[in-house]
Amino acid sequence: MLPLPPALPLAELEVGQHLYWQLGNLKIHGQVFLSSWVVIGALLAVVWIGTRKMERDPRGVQNLLEFLWDYIRDLAREQIGEKAYRDWLPFIGTLFLFIFVSNWGGALIPWKLIHLPSGELGAPTADINTTIALALLVSIAYFYAGLSRKGFRYFEYYVEPTPIMLPFKIVEDFTKPLSLSFRLFGNILADELVVAVLAFLVPLVVPLPAMFLGLFTSAIQALIFATLAAYYIGEAVHEEHH
Amino acid sequence: MTSWLLLAEAGASAAGTPEGGLFDLDATLPLMALQVVILTFILNALFFRPVGKAVEDREGYIVTSRAEAKEKLAQAERLEADLKAQLKDARQESQRLIVEAEQEVDRLYRAALAEATAEANASRERARREIDAERDTALSQLVKDADDLGELIVSRLLAAS
Repeated sequence: MLPLPPALPLAELEVGQHLYWQLGNLKIHGQVFLSSWVVIGALLAVVWIGTRKMERDPRGVQNLLEFLWDYIRDLAREQIGEKAYRDWLPFIGTLFLFIFVSNWGGALIPWKLIHLPSGELGAPTADINTTIALALLVSIAYFYAGLSRKGFRYFEYYVEPTPIMLPFKIVEDFTKPLSLSFRLFGNILADELVVAVLAFLVPLVVPLPAMFLGLFTSAIQALIFATLAAYYIGEAVHEEHH
Repeated sequence: MTSWLLLAEAGASAAGTPEGGLFDLDATLPLMALQVVILTFILNALFFRPVGKAVEDREGYIVTSRAEAKEKLAQAERLEADLKAQLKDARQESQRLIVEAEQEVDRLYRAALAEATAEANASRERARREIDAERDTALSQLVKDADDLGELIVSRLLAAS
């Protein structure tokens, strides 16, 4: 046990405690869904405001949305390639936006002001369930992309350039989702913990640099996740030139 | 205050037990995946498709306007060159006309001068011939008159004698 002073109002720290909701005989983490709904609501609100009145000369939020769209398109086109990127742009874009808004929402929204009976609100991406869900979606996506585009020729990829690569490529299929999910989960959770611990020890000023670093990491993690997802899909749909 | 280190450890070690822990996997996972898939479709309909359409429409508009502007510029340049050539032709034509007119004037002047000179010469000639004729007639008249007078004198003298 660490010798810590009694609870401060803004600096409580709970890890591994969840607000359980019972759904039939299934248990789900309520706090993750609550915060993810806030994130999704914010995303949809911005998108709805920005696309209400689309004009050829963009104004207001439409500028932001077009900038985001352009950014995501460049990312997807660079990783997936000119031919297939259009099909996957919405998926890559949703991953990027959801993770980015989740991360920043976890860092910027004062969740601690809302008290839950158990657990605490935070970035949805700080829960391993969310990140594994996203990573598995990426795995499904790249398998689907490869199989739908190349049929069973997709499995040639496992023996390119030589059959010696076969075991490594099979292992890769497991390490890809693992690394994706744990990288995101670890970074966001660690960021929240660092800020929380610093805020717990010194409530003023000192946590600020860590918070800024956290914002930076959050943005980078969203970019990394989306870029890697796009890269995996691009790898699956890539046509080898014989 | 909860000792989070212990809790994390407990969560990690007690992964088999249903309650709590950092790596507590449950129905959150598939539901979250479903939620993200639904979000993908909603965002595709609300964001990616309309914004993509707007951006690409604008790109197309810019490309076509650029092409049109280039076309118009080329047309204007062609017209300018055309007009310049026409202007040059007109200048040369006018130059030629001026030279021609000057030559014509010169020619007319010379012709008129020559005619006038010829006429003047002719009338002078005619006058001289008239004068000569008059003189001849006058001389012959004089001779005749002298002859007549001589004869008269002779006859008078002969008659008186």
